[in-house]
Amino acid sequence: MRLLTCKETTRIVSQGLDRELAFGERVALRLHLAICLGCRRTGTQMRFLRRAVRELAEIDLKAGF
Amino acid sequence: MPPPADFRSQIEALRPYLLRFASLQLRDAAAAEDAVQEALLAALAGESGFAGRANLRTWLTGILKHKIVDAIRRQAREPALPQDGEDALDDFDALFRRNGHWAERPAGWAEPDGALEQSQFFRALELCLERLPARTARAFMMREHLGLETPEICKELAITPTHCWVMLYRARMTLRECLQQTWFGR
Repeated sequence: MRLLTCKETTRIVSQGLDRELAFGERVALRLHLAICLGCRRTGTQMRFLRRAVRELAEIDLKAGF
Repeated sequence: MPPPADFRSQIEALRPYLLRFASLQLRDAAAAEDAVQEALLAALAGESGFAGRANLRTWLTGILKHKIVDAIRRQAREPALPQDGEDALDDFDALFRRNGHWAERPAGWAEPDGALEQSQFFRALELCLERLPARTARAFMMREHLGLETPEICKELAITPTHCWVMLYRARMTLRECLQQTWFGR
């Protein structure tokens, strides 16, 4: 299997938030993420963005807004 | 039979929340106002559908989401939004070297959970969202704010799944970069 570049990896990580990844994609992703801190961070940050946007509508309800 | 006054006033009390919810997606005060008005009318007409089964806000938000999608459908028919240049797939050239690896490794974000407790963080996030190209922002918010699945987004925006995934990827990478600059990297 060809190794993924960081550019490809971030694209697949993003798609993993929108669709079911194929088995081959998941394996290739895991291999790359195991050795690449930058892509792991990007994935974490994309998932964090999802949480943050979901809370965006709620912020008036919290104290101090 | 008209709805009892207390149901009506409970619904009215949620109007500011609903307006904010609709504005985040539609980016247009008048369109958001219309969507909320339609949702409230539908709610008052269908009070029996509520019957205390769920949280009133959750129920109203569900109705509102349908009205927002209707509004998006109307917007999508108008060719008002400029193209974002989504066809240029070779984005982020500055982020990656020619061989596809990071030009500069992304920094980690310290205390992201703490950010979610701060109003200034959400202001920074909103500013980053406002900077996104209009079509990209619309697709991204349909996915992450309305929580729609990609096939529905593709259908409403009349784009292919591949196009949709590219837009969502661009939105996430751009927002990540923006928050790095305006919040986490300060």
